[in-house]
Amino acid sequence: MEHYTMNLNLKVWKQKNAASKGKFETFEVKDISSEMSFLEMFDVLNERLINEGKEPVAFDHDCREGICGMCSMYINGRPHGPWHGTTTCQLHMRAFKDGDTIVVEPWRANAFPVIKDLMVDRTAFDRIIQAGGYISVNTGNAVDGNAIPIEKEHADKSFAAAACIGCGACVAACKNSSAMLFVSAKVSHLALLPQGDPERKTRVLNMVTQMDKEGFGACTNTGACEAVCPKEISIANIARLNGEYTMAALSADNSHD
Amino acid sequence: MKWSEIFTSSVGKKLVMGLTGLFLISFLVVHVGINACIWANDDGAMFNRAAHFMGSSYVIRILEIGLMAGFLIHIIQGLVLEFQNRSKRTVGYQVNLGNRGSKWYSRSMGLLGTLILLFLIIHLSQFWYPNRSHQGWLLGEELNLFDRMKTTFSELWVVIIYVLGCFSLCWHLVHGFQSAFRTLGVSNNRYLSMINNIGIGFSVIVSLVFAMMPVSMYLGWV
Ligand code: HEM
Ligand code: SF4
Ligand code: FES
Repeated sequence: MEHYTMNLNLKVWKQKNAASKGKFETFEVKDISSEMSFLEMFDVLNERLINEGKEPVAFDHDCREGICGMCSMYINGRPHGPWHGTTTCQLHMRAFKDGDTIVVEPWRANAFPVIKDLMVDRTAFDRIIQAGGYISVNTGNAVDGNAIPIEKEHADKSFAAAACIGCGACVAACKNSSAMLFVSAKVSHLALLPQGDPERKTRVLNMVTQMDKEGFGACTNTGACEAVCPKEISIANIARLNGEYTMAALSADNSHD
Repeated sequence: MKWSEIFTSSVGKKLVMGLTGLFLISFLVVHVGINACIWANDDGAMFNRAAHFMGSSYVIRILEIGLMAGFLIHIIQGLVLEFQNRSKRTVGYQVNLGNRGSKWYSRSMGLLGTLILLFLIIHLSQFWYPNRSHQGWLLGEELNLFDRMKTTFSELWVVIIYVLGCFSLCWHLVHGFQSAFRTLGVSNNRYLSMINNIGIGFSVIVSLVFAMMPVSMYLGWV
């Protein structure tokens, strides 16, 4: 594709801290290269703002290669912008044309409070993982990866679910602010493998309990999460979680003897 | 794990919606089947016999209480779910994702359900309530429901409300039918696409057949 430069109007959410109200501010950026990433475009803007002695726009980022899940931005009404299966850091400016106005908002969900500008607090996800998104193993020599045979289909599905980077786009897109795609990816990843089996029931029960405690909504299977997920996590994982949860809840025994 | 904990969790609430939703779907099958007897071309004889069967036995009357309970649980849980889910995002977006991420009807289940509820109130007050109170709420003499349908559906505005009610039902079920199976844990994509197609077919056919009842009476086809 031909290289080109563009001038853009950015309408960006600015908010001093979690307690303040916040509002949109408009910025003009000039001579943006079509080869830049979306975050590099923000770097250009921020360098200019800093040189002018103004406050830069705060945004989260880390790997800038689509694997850490930090770069949460709601761009023109879509988490991570217009490209399918792409994080904001992998979104390139060739997705836009000269003269475009781009509206950039933080993730909106009460469970993800805004820290500053475009940065939100996603530690709710960490607490959900702590509630059960792991397997318990004894330390010692590493076990041979192929010691336990695993059905190919399960291995593939588990691997696909494990691709979730915990970015929170699913919550941001969902009309119910539901975290079910994220939680179901984590539950499926482990439930499909023999290593995840011993803690299979407590895992799903504890993770759903924590998810509810964090203030995410209930899933109504609208599919918005799947449509925006940068890792294309399948919504079938949510159905799997529902089944896992129901079986675990119904088979739980209350007596302790 | 206590039952109360299971059914008040986010997944459990959906389970309640799915189970009651499927129960209501099974009721629709019976209802649409019996009502289709109006097209037997016998001035309502077959239809009135079928209606008499439904109105003259304590077994059916007890099932009717179960049906009421199913409706109430589905409606109350549905509205609670809708409002709880809405409360999870106090500050909204300037630009919305809209139809780029999901179908409009999947996002409008609360609204479509409420329209069905309004329709149900009108519908019950036109047929169920007069008939059951005429019966003294026990197994007394029934009204001639076929004649009652004919007079009720001679008014255009009633026919329009019924058609709109069926329209809401259709979209509610196009999403609801397959959603209920997902809620119950069907995660196999082969079956999910089958269920989706069956759901669309079911929703369109049932809603269309229901809608044709007032229409054909208004137009004098029966
Ligand atoms: C009368 C008022 C009604 C209200 C207020 C209502 C409301 C709702 C709501 C809010 C949902 C959950 C949203 C979702 O799953 O996406 C739902 C789901 C559903 N509804 Fe209704 N509804 C009503 C009537 C009906 C009727 C008459 C039927 C069928 C005959 C029905 C069948 C279903 C089904 C199958 C689901 C899917 C459950 C699931 O996803 O697990 N509903 N309804
Ligand atoms: S499921 Fe997809 S959208 Fe949700 S947190 Fe994981 S990677 Fe992000
Ligand atoms: S910065 Fe790591 S995924 Fe975008």
